[in-house]
Amino acid sequence: MSNDAATGTPTLDGPQQEPPAHGLGASLPPADARAKTEGTFPYAADLWAEGLLWAAILRSPHPHARIVSIDTAAAAEMPGVRAVVTHEDVPGDSAYGRRIADRPVFASEVVRHHGEAIAAVAADHPDTARLAAAAIAVEYEVLDPVTDPEKAFAAEPLHPDGNLIRHIPLRYGDPDITGEVVVEGLYRIGRQDPAPIGAEAGLAVPRPDGGVEIYTASTDPHTDRDLAAACFGLEPDRVKIVVTGVPGATGDREDPGFQIPLGLLALRTGCPVKLAATREESFLGHAHRHPTLLRYRHHADAEGRLVKVEAQILLDAGAYADASSESLAAAVAFACGPYVVPHAFIEGWAVRTNNPPSGHVRGEGAMQVCAAYEGQMDKLAAKLGVEPAELRLRNVLATGDILPTSQTVTCPAPVAELLRSVRDFPLPPLPKDTPEAAWLLPGGPEGAGEPGAVRRGVGYALGMVHMLGAEGADEVSTATVKVHDGVATVICAAVETGQGFATLARQIVQETLGIEEVHVASVDTDQPPAGPAAHGRHTWVSGGAVERAAKMVRTQLLQPLAHKFGMSTELLQITDGKITSYDGVLSTTVTEAMDGKELWATAQCRPHPTEPLDASGQGDAFVGLAFCAIRAVVDVDIELGSVRVVEMAVAQDVGRVLNPAQLATRIEAGVTQGIGTALTENLRTTRGVVRRPDLTGYALPTSLDAPDIRIVKLVEERDVVAPFGAKPASAAPVVTSPAAVASAVRAATGRPISRLPIRPQAAVAAAPAGS
Amino acid sequence: MTTHAPQTAQFVTLPASLDEAVAALTAMPAAVPVAGGTDLMAAVNKGQLRPAGLVGLGRISELRGWHYQDGHALLGAGLTHARMGRPDFAALIPALAASARAAGPPQIRNAGTLGGNIATAAPTGDALPVLAALEADLVVGGPGGARREIPVSHLLAGREMLAPAELIGFVRVPLLHAPQVFLKATGRTGPGRATASVAVVLDPARRGVRCAVGAIAPMPLRPLEAERWIASLIDWDGARGLAQEALAAFGEYVAAACIPDPPAPADGGEVPPPSPAVLHLRRMVAALARRALGRALS
Repeated sequence: MSNDAATGTPTLDGPQQEPPAHGLGASLPPADARAKTEGTFPYAADLWAEGLLWAAILRSPHPHARIVSIDTAAAAEMPGVRAVVTHEDVPGDSAYGRRIADRPVFASEVVRHHGEAIAAVAADHPDTARLAAAAIAVEYEVLDPVTDPEKAFAAEPLHPDGNLIRHIPLRYGDPDITGEVVVEGLYRIGRQDPAPIGAEAGLAVPRPDGGVEIYTASTDPHTDRDLAAACFGLEPDRVKIVVTGVPGATGDREDPGFQIPLGLLALRTGCPVKLAATREESFLGHAHRHPTLLRYRHHADAEGRLVKVEAQILLDAGAYADASSESLAAAVAFACGPYVVPHAFIEGWAVRTNNPPSGHVRGEGAMQVCAAYEGQMDKLAAKLGVEPAELRLRNVLATGDILPTSQTVTCPAPVAELLRSVRDFPLPPLPKDTPEAAWLLPGGPEGAGEPGAVRRGVGYALGMVHMLGAEGADEVSTATVKVHDGVATVICAAVETGQGFATLARQIVQETLGIEEVHVASVDTDQPPAGPAAHGRHTWVSGGAVERAAKMVRTQLLQPLAHKFGMSTELLQITDGKITSYDGVLSTTVTEAMDGKELWATAQCRPHPTEPLDASGQGDAFVGLAFCAIRAVVDVDIELGSVRVVEMAVAQDVGRVLNPAQLATRIEAGVTQGIGTALTENLRTTRGVVRRPDLTGYALPTSLDAPDIRIVKLVEERDVVAPFGAKPASAAPVVTSPAAVASAVRAATGRPISRLPIRPQAAVAAAPAGS
Repeated sequence: MTTHAPQTAQFVTLPASLDEAVAALTAMPAAVPVAGGTDLMAAVNKGQLRPAGLVGLGRISELRGWHYQDGHALLGAGLTHARMGRPDFAALIPALAASARAAGPPQIRNAGTLGGNIATAAPTGDALPVLAALEADLVVGGPGGARREIPVSHLLAGREMLAPAELIGFVRVPLLHAPQVFLKATGRTGPGRATASVAVVLDPARRGVRCAVGAIAPMPLRPLEAERWIASLIDWDGARGLAQEALAAFGEYVAAACIPDPPAPADGGEVPPPSPAVLHLRRMVAALARRALGRALS
């Protein structure tokens, strides 16, 4: 998309230019901000219908067991209970799944993870439903759980499909070459939970035609509808998913595991049924980031230039495949990071275990390998006695270089510029230089921190992430733009998850049509599909579709005028509701030109196709790449091992800034999520049983844990294949920041730091002298 | 998390005095007393608890302040953490104020109470090691205006229990007019549950040092020998300072006393070495105890 000068797009070349109030480049606030602050935002947990019933789901207390019998009689007889459903009551497909239908709606013969659904109850009161679910008698024969992914290869198959979900042996270059310097490392990444604001909730309403409508905060409504319809044994058009307000999502939300039991109960009882999951159920039921084990061997020459990378990457997928295949592809493809590596041999596996399920959480695959390859770069720098930033600069990738998948990097890849920007940014002052400022020590304001035991460390990380679905996924989105009475409406099934799509859609229409008042319609599955809200695809494909539709409306609007004036539509411009010719001679208002008509246009955006990785991990699998560099500054109390992240300096490759305020919040949110990955977030299990599935046991970063986040540089090299040249920005900081924190803790303590989140005992160093 | 769920009417009383509250509990033994509700309501929201009735303690003004009684402060059980964190309270009982300031985020500190912290008796309760180090006593109100005293440590250790319809009314804490320190280690910078906490209290009148370690066992632990040993080293009439080595030795002593090596197996085999997690906990307690005593003596 070239930038059309005639539309008056503000360019960011002119430093003195006023930021625009609307259109692209404006810091337009989100339309739902007011509703969220005033408490009128339509959360699914607040939905209500006359005569509704309440659902409760019975979940397995065991990670692995054979189900001998399920007796629902006691539950069904309880007063107030209207329906009890188990695997026997699923009229359609008994299993579902994104790529492979391997996850049963309700466990029938075996349970494969702690919290797997076994039955669901609808009753006239939530307490009754919960008690009835507890009254279902399930006889289990407890089996030994497979919880160590390394043992999954040899273990008895946990599933008819076997324990190996995917294996990618990437081979690139000469296997026998060796470097003068070799460093090895073993890295472990924990299980991050997306921990969405607001646990899962939904309302299912039966339709007179035998279908069902499900009101829920889905992030991928069309896929969810298709999966649910297949399990209900209904045509997809008889199932409708209406997307309510999404409280926030960093992964898939409200997956079919919640929607299908809800819909079944509504179909069974003929009444509206509501489900509002507790936080515990939410932790047990939805997908997590893949816990990963990584073994690395980096070869470099004496100057520190990488010669070869060998790696083994093992993803713990949990019991079901879900998005593990995609995560593994990203992990293997980006195993070397944004560095030029002439020879690479990466083996990746995703295996089944009885641990909690893994799936899509933003930056999946790429985040885990980033923590590992950056650990290797630190090791290499230490071994060679080179500054860590300097060593990285000797190896960074640029446009035109080739990835280990043989894909050429054709998009802008300003990695060196990003790294130099964060390296050269002034360091935050040490508290001893500014004694008047209160020093927030590791451990917090009332903590045990002692300045004498605190060491400061500076670390770097470079991350890369792919944009849009990979390996031949059909990334298409459809959008409709309507203009009537000087007001434009966007109809697009791209879900606003907090990522800012609705705001961006308004800006795109403002930019193209010069109409200030733009509404974005709410989403349901009667609209054409727009795909999942993942991998930044809505900024790209849905944003692209909206722009095309808006341009078609523009042409419809201007064509008659252009014909009348005898000039091409390109010579007319729309600003502030007025249409003027290039020379300013002819002028009319949009309302006048519309003449009471309604203008509609629908368009699609489909980026260029990709191909799956082949048997040796080769192929043009990705549409686009985004890069990020972060410099972390941490304070570590080296006796207690407590870590406080003082500052994160971020430089990011964004293509083009479409909404500066929104972009900054996305980067800050991503960095903060990464701090959680690095320091506290890990859903722990004991032999497959989740320990403490609540927000006290699972520590999310608070405002005191969040550091000063400095956005040092946003490199605006437009990506010519992306609409507007913009790259989606949410995932790259999530991928990069955990590695940066680990690198800084390494620098502060001299300890290896090979496990995330960083445990305090790993950050304890020799006792400080003289204390 | 169920909004709009039809709720059955609950029997709620809002007594204005401790005796009225006791009478309400006597009249309805199934009722549950509620003060700040920071633990109780979490259980209700999770569906784990559906109390038949509630006795709200929030309107009992006698429990929300403190008064003095022969060298002691009689602290109302309804004092909130936020109130105890304020400077006037900190001047009286500095360690209790420090533990109140460290007890969770502001929302919790505004609602949670001293009595609730004791009644919940969570291992991570921040006030508990301080009360153990202060050797505080509880004044418990019973039916018919009865009052009896129980040492806090007896209640926490389960040696004495509250009888039905009894309520914690006051906490009797000695006013020592000497430095006190409470230190807490959490896994993060923001508010969190303690992984270990240490309270150190100086008692110059009795020439004693009292120390309690919280969060590492079901109840606070007192390293009595370490207390006596370090008290004997302090020059109580002089500068009170101690050498770094002595502070460090105190820390090691406390840690070894509270986290002992596992006993030798009965068959006479080798004692297994403590796990890295245990070693880290011991190191952490040692550092906290050393720092706490150092700050108390500086």
